[in-house]
Amino acid sequence: MAYVRKVWAIVVKDVAAELRTREMTSAMLVFSVLAMLIFSFALNLRGAVAQVAAPGVLWVTVVFAGTLGLNRSFTREQVTGGFDGLLLAPVDRSAIFFGKALGNLAFMGIVEIVLLPLCSVLFDVPLLRPGVLLVMVLGTVGYAAVGTLLAAIAVNTRAREVMLPVLLLPLAVPALIAAVQATSGLVAGATLSDVRPLLRLLIVYDLLIVAVSMLTFGYLVEE
Amino acid sequence: MREDRDTLGLALIVVSGVAMAAALAAVFLYAPREMTMGDVQRIFYFHVSSAWVGFFAFFVTFLGGVAYLVSGKRRWDVLAVSSTQIGLTFITMAVITGSLWARPVWGTYWTWEPRLTISAIQLLVYVAYGMLRGAVDDPEKKARFSSVYGIVAFVTVPLSWFAIRWWRTAHPDVLTSGEGMAFAARMGHTLLASLVAFTLLYITILRQRIRLARTTDTVMRLRAQLDRSR
Repeated sequence: MAYVRKVWAIVVKDVAAELRTREMTSAMLVFSVLAMLIFSFALNLRGAVAQVAAPGVLWVTVVFAGTLGLNRSFTREQVTGGFDGLLLAPVDRSAIFFGKALGNLAFMGIVEIVLLPLCSVLFDVPLLRPGVLLVMVLGTVGYAAVGTLLAAIAVNTRAREVMLPVLLLPLAVPALIAAVQATSGLVAGATLSDVRPLLRLLIVYDLLIVAVSMLTFGYLVEE
Repeated sequence: MREDRDTLGLALIVVSGVAMAAALAAVFLYAPREMTMGDVQRIFYFHVSSAWVGFFAFFVTFLGGVAYLVSGKRRWDVLAVSSTQIGLTFITMAVITGSLWARPVWGTYWTWEPRLTISAIQLLVYVAYGMLRGAVDDPEKKARFSSVYGIVAFVTVPLSWFAIRWWRTAHPDVLTSGEGMAFAARMGHTLLASLVAFTLLYITILRQRIRLARTTDTVMRLRAQLDRSR
């Protein structure tokens, strides 16, 4: 329980800092709405073709907006010296990882709450369904976890803002493919049991990434 | 500093040279002409062998990363980065030979088929690995970061495989099913010879690459000593 309280304290710290500045969520929100509109103009789709494209557009927007937030997540700590404080605190390194990852997950969740209805309207697809929401959660958990781990690496490199997407996107491919395929299937009328292999793949991805991150995060932050 | 003779390295060069020549001879002279695909099928032996070396090299990168994080010894990091560079070369070769084969047989150079896609993703992943190493100055940090990246990469790549399998597969599954092409015994021998030759070539290049890294370290150390004594 003490471990959970420590993780929670880090989440609360991140959310409180974000509530005061709103720099991360506002940038992510404005960017993702813009991206969605630009996709809508650029593809200019109607009817059945729009249904096919919508899940891909939705996930690509989430992925790109996510890299914006993930980058800020550690650069802000570095600029303010907050990360040194976290490292000095008597908590396990993996607790820091979980705290940061849950915070990032929350910010991405906020973006998705706005994106889902917007995408449904622009592309005329029924995205607000329990099955799609489950896929969103499963896909975002894995993406936020691997993104947090790699953001901790990217922040220590030269040209860190550019480095994160280069490192993150190829490793996010399995989650992205499974999530897009599952979302497409559900939108086209498949049931949850039809897409079960994809859901299972997403769960395995989430568990593997969380396990590897727990084991390796400590090596990334030691000085 | 005395440069010690690398007898084993020299022996490896000779052995892998002979093995490569033998594999080449087997591919062109010993292996029979495939019935439906014709001579273009002969690229298959080197294609499969380079793909095998590529995947094996990335597995070595993963092992090197784990060993480095556990022990903190620099030689494991040298092993990991050396193996990555060789793996990238061989995966690129596998992708190019595969495209050359696919054009006459499938009628297209490229299709989003699981094995092609996973090779392309691996290329991107390990190019990113190289970029990461280039973007960190401190050698100790560089080693730690790239070890972690090599481990996460190795864990996610098999998942890409399962994700893409949901798409239609056109790749001949010769080794397990025996379907897709008439697979004669002589072809099996030739494939085995190519696999052995390519694996030996991998070990030979790996040894030379590690020696190069050690020499670079020595030069850096000597240069630092020289700067201090001035």
